[in-house]
Amino acid sequence: MSAPPPAPQPGPQSGPQPAPAPRRAFGMRLLVLIPALWLALFFVAPFLIVLKISLSQTVIAQPPYAPVLDPAGGLPALREFVAGLSLDNYALLVTDALYVTSYLRSLAMAAGSTLLLLLIGYPIAYGIARSPRRIQPVLVIAVFLPFLTAFLIRIYAWVNILQREGLLNEVLLALGLVREPLALLSTDAAIVIGLVYSYLPFMVLPLYASLERMDDSLLEAAADLGCPAWKAFWLVTVPLSMPGVTAGALLCFIPIVGEFVVPDLLGGSGAMMIGQTLWVEFFSNKDWPVASALAVALLAILLAPIVIHQHLQSRTLGGG
Amino acid sequence: MLSHSPRAISVAGMANGNFEQRTGGAARIFAPWKDPAVRPLLRIEAVTKRFGEAEAVSQLSLDIYEREFFALLGPSGCGKTTLLRMLAGFDQPSAGRILLDGNDLAGVPPHRRPVNMMFQNYALFPHLTVEGNIAFGLRQDRLPKAEIAARVADMLALVRLEGFGARRPHQLSGGQRQRVALARALAKRPRVLLLDEPLSALDRKLREDTGFELMELQDKLGLTFIVVTHDQEEAMMLADRIGVMNAGTLAQVATPAEIYEQPNSRWVADFIGDVNLIEGRVVSAGLGEAVIDSRAGGRLRVAQNVDAPVGATVWLALRPEKIEIAAREPAAFDANRLIGQVHDIGYLGDVSILRVRLDSGFEIKAAVANRTRLIERPIGIGDRVWLSWAPEAGVVLTQ
Repeated sequence: MSAPPPAPQPGPQSGPQPAPAPRRAFGMRLLVLIPALWLALFFVAPFLIVLKISLSQTVIAQPPYAPVLDPAGGLPALREFVAGLSLDNYALLVTDALYVTSYLRSLAMAAGSTLLLLLIGYPIAYGIARSPRRIQPVLVIAVFLPFLTAFLIRIYAWVNILQREGLLNEVLLALGLVREPLALLSTDAAIVIGLVYSYLPFMVLPLYASLERMDDSLLEAAADLGCPAWKAFWLVTVPLSMPGVTAGALLCFIPIVGEFVVPDLLGGSGAMMIGQTLWVEFFSNKDWPVASALAVALLAILLAPIVIHQHLQSRTLGGG
Repeated sequence: MLSHSPRAISVAGMANGNFEQRTGGAARIFAPWKDPAVRPLLRIEAVTKRFGEAEAVSQLSLDIYEREFFALLGPSGCGKTTLLRMLAGFDQPSAGRILLDGNDLAGVPPHRRPVNMMFQNYALFPHLTVEGNIAFGLRQDRLPKAEIAARVADMLALVRLEGFGARRPHQLSGGQRQRVALARALAKRPRVLLLDEPLSALDRKLREDTGFELMELQDKLGLTFIVVTHDQEEAMMLADRIGVMNAGTLAQVATPAEIYEQPNSRWVADFIGDVNLIEGRVVSAGLGEAVIDSRAGGRLRVAQNVDAPVGATVWLALRPEKIEIAAREPAAFDANRLIGQVHDIGYLGDVSILRVRLDSGFEIKAAVANRTRLIERPIGIGDRVWLSWAPEAGVVLTQ
């Protein structure tokens, strides 16, 4: 942006705030330590362990990988340990088609589900935000109500609904919409249904939050300037709800990529999503190093949308 | 007909400056409402608006003329904003009609009305730049790109915001945002511009400057402005005519000077400015003069036709600045005079407000212009003083 020209009138404008007092700054720093410690203990440390395992080789031993650092061995032991690490597992990930397709499949499923979630979640969030203020909390709770039952039970219920003699097929047959029961379970469609069902609240809530705080007078201003209601929705409501759209999309997309339970219970035995591949490597093949490499690579892939989101957020709208 | 022409009346405070500014040397007298041949631009006919049981606006009729700067003034909850929203089309009248250029606006949605509004909180689109905001309405009309760009540039120049086009609303000061909102509303050249509390979000100094700018703009563009405000100074300063609203109805519609000098009721007199309301009975009423036996003490003479029978209760409305205050008995022999004791002085800088308790116990407020330095002023608390005013100074109200 070009340098702003000077204001044409010397109106009183709030200047930059002076820096906070040093004592308060110290207190603030202490406060920042709490999330930092939490992150260090429960994210950084485990991640470093996983990263180390991903650079190791699988062996039949306890633990099932090598090398293992022996702190008693001193500097020579450390040198030997470092020499034993390699990027072989990562090379395997990019050369073996099994892993590549698994990643691509996960990303595609997540992208498709997120798009569907957006298409279904936006009208729901919009409807809640436009309803009378006193019933809005009730509707928000209603969105979350299914979460009061266990996740696994709800997915098993979907198995029941989608199977050959399940509820959905019975209804379709009874209505005469189909002659033979559809094969729904163990298909990609079943996975998408399960994913959309499970993640809907994570899409609706951020959307609702951004729609709900929108100023109604903006829509009136649009109407006043000659904009019919449907157009005002596209020109005003949608752009202003973009923070909610990106937040909701990320909140759904990221965990869906690594999702294990839904594809495992509702999907077929053919192609696997990355969460399933990882599970197989870890528990069936007992190949901890490859499983760890899969996890680290997944993290690297998912970092991209987060970085893009951060970039967009710092660039767009400041105050309202 | 023109007895209330701006120059004929000396008005205190803002209104005076207003007239000087507006008429300038040319002494343009703008009063289409007095000319029966002129058709109003906007005609509000017996409009009522009900919200459930409550009537926000009741049976309100009003004509507003082309190029007029009209102010709807009233306390909060008097229905002025509801009336404005009905003009913009956001609310529909429960009964009555609104005609613009003779066409009934009933059923015309806001986006089809040749009326634009400047919102109280400005309602600027935060996701668009200043240019994007101003161009918004023009884009809805599908004007050619080049014309939109030219008009946006015109508007930016008009509100003196050249060079600010690429900024976002949150990067502007309050006064700049106000001007963007104004430019956006003016860009479509509306038949009527509605302004909802246009100056209330600005601080005091800026408010006065912006007010003068608004008047200049309105004059330059030859547009019709309707402003809604609860601030009487704002209304007096800006408007050609003021409609004082109370409880959903118009209490009085007149020029600022008439409203101030000749309020038609105690409510209006009390709402606009500071006033002494002295209750009394009519002793005699003749052509252009009357005598009232007042509770303040004794008989008071007024130079006015009083539309009330002898013995009726009336009120004399007397503005504090019309009262002369002196330590000695005034010489003028036809003036009303009362004696009392100063029991409070409020120093406001330009004027001081003296509260004088009369011997009858009645209290009167008088304003004294502080022309001399503080030390030289002869009247202090506890002093016995004479209050006097000419028979023309007050106005007798019957309701």
